Amino acid sequence: MDKHEIIKEENRVYKRPKLLTDNIMHYCPGCSHGVVHKLVAEVIEELGLEEKTIGIAPVGCAVFAYNYIDIDWIEAAHGRAPAIASAVKRLMPDKMVFTYQGDGDLAAIGTCESIHAANRGENIVIIFINNGIYGMTGGQMAPTTLEGMKTSTTPYGRRADLNGYPLKISPLFALLDGTCYVTRQSVHTPANTRKTKAALKQAFQNAMNGLGTSVVEVVSTCNSGWKMTPAQSNKWMEENMLEHYPLGDIKNTVKK
Amino acid sequence: MKGNEAIAHAAIRYGADGYFGYPITPQSEVLETLEELMPWETTGMVVLQAESEVAAINMVYGGAACGKAVFTSSSSPGVSLKQEGISYIAAGELPALIINVMRGGPGLGTIQPSQADYFQTTKGGGHGDYRLITLAPSSVQEMADFVGLGFDLAFKYRTPSIILADGIVGQMMEKVVLPPQRPRRTDEEIARQCPWAVTGKPASRKRNVMTTLELEPAAMEVINNRLQEKYKLIEENEVRYQTYDTDDAEYLIVAFGSIARICQKAIEEAREQGIKIGLLRPITLWPFPKDEIDRLSHKVKGILVVEINAGQMIEDVRLSCHDRIPVYHFGRLGGMIPDPQEVLDAFFNHFPEANKQ
Repeated sequence: MDKHEIIKEENRVYKRPKLLTDNIMHYCPGCSHGVVHKLVAEVIEELGLEEKTIGIAPVGCAVFAYNYIDIDWIEAAHGRAPAIASAVKRLMPDKMVFTYQGDGDLAAIGTCESIHAANRGENIVIIFINNGIYGMTGGQMAPTTLEGMKTSTTPYGRRADLNGYPLKISPLFALLDGTCYVTRQSVHTPANTRKTKAALKQAFQNAMNGLGTSVVEVVSTCNSGWKMTPAQSNKWMEENMLEHYPLGDIKNTVKK
Repeated sequence: MKGNEAIAHAAIRYGADGYFGYPITPQSEVLETLEELMPWETTGMVVLQAESEVAAINMVYGGAACGKAVFTSSSSPGVSLKQEGISYIAAGELPALIINVMRGGPGLGTIQPSQADYFQTTKGGGHGDYRLITLAPSSVQEMADFVGLGFDLAFKYRTPSIILADGIVGQMMEKVVLPPQRPRRTDEEIARQCPWAVTGKPASRKRNVMTTLELEPAAMEVINNRLQEKYKLIEENEVRYQTYDTDDAEYLIVAFGSIARICQKAIEEAREQGIKIGLLRPITLWPFPKDEIDRLSHKVKGILVVEINAGQMIEDVRLSCHDRIPVYHFGRLGGMIPDPQEVLDAFFNHFPEANKQ
């Protein structure tokens, strides 16, 4: 058997999703965004929702998400993606509408829009990238920055007495009657990446089935903002972030 | 019916696709009337009470990005909150309708009528170089009519338009003829009329992205120049105003909205005394009827600008006539409304020679 017999389409177990564009990603090497983008593209393809899906991009590092996934997009003002998604889904109920937001966008400036969209039970998916820092603007404190964590606006480490506590917003979403599925995942290992993809898939299916709001938090790394190598970041995330933001389903009202 | 109610009825009949609002006096009847009429049962129009004015205007941004005919309404403090979204809608070159039923400010101010948001509306309000097509109704009939006009202009130029009403027009009751019911546009019609709309990407076209971000300065300048060219076109083609008794006028009053009707009464009383005052009522505050005011300024001896604010439109009047003749302002503040006699007293105070004829 030579390699040409092996390299056949039917033997292929992995390929780049068609929906990912050829644009070179602006994300730093080691960043979690690229992995999550790929998963979103795969899920849309596997569910056959290419022509139905509308993404709402945030302000933050993922502001250019619309350059990478080949679907229709609306770029939101900072924090407003869930309000936009609410309107789009209500005006076009047969579409698949998701927001893609970072911690500053979702849990600081957009807390009001996020909580209320979820509380109305909008049939949308909120993808929440939590890396505990403002990456785009140069590494400032985020609502989810851990205590003691150094950022450019907490140069001596976050102090609860000065800066408040790291916000656990996903459990807040879980308290709302409008959410059907709230889960916290990560993409720092292949196993976790597979779990995140399964979570995204369920979330997208929930939205299309009209079951309410699904929130998929992805605890992520920001090696450039954290001033670490990608490998160090993964280790630091596992040892620190996951203690404060443990992985797993927080709420799942959908019978399998 | 009330002016606010007329807006709700007219929007349903226009075939609007969605309304997103938040309660605030004196415009809450717009949302209340829509909820009572339940248009989602008849035309399929979406009505949603948002969690804030910020959310409401961003819902409008999202809906407009989908090519839908969507609108929001509020009153002054709420419209201040909407400025972020309005700037994005203008930058995204999206058609949308905004309604401001003005109350007195600054701050929480008063729930009584005002025209103090003239600067905010006609000069910008939000960040960046943009303009809003600004329609100023003076009657309940115009509240109804300007919904359709506002949407039509917004779609014609792909730019937001705003109905700048004072609390009087929002709250007063008059007879009104509503437009006939039109069907909402189909998805196919929207795709044809708005090929840029975000509707879910079919395999047959490239992806549509509604973004207002452009980090390359040269490209951002091109976008800005395109906006300015569009605004120039609107200034050339969409000026609207009404004049009363200006043919033989020796003096001119300029007033907009409900205040123009008070001034009309004042002018009638002056004419009974043989004093020839005319009235110009700008219907579009932007684009401003500067050419007509310039033309009239060659004929009259002076202009009184009457507004229920501290003197805002007067700046555009003075620019329009290049300060060729004296231009004075009379206004009441804080929700106070002048009566025709007060307008005349102010007129004679500024133009005492008019009384000596």
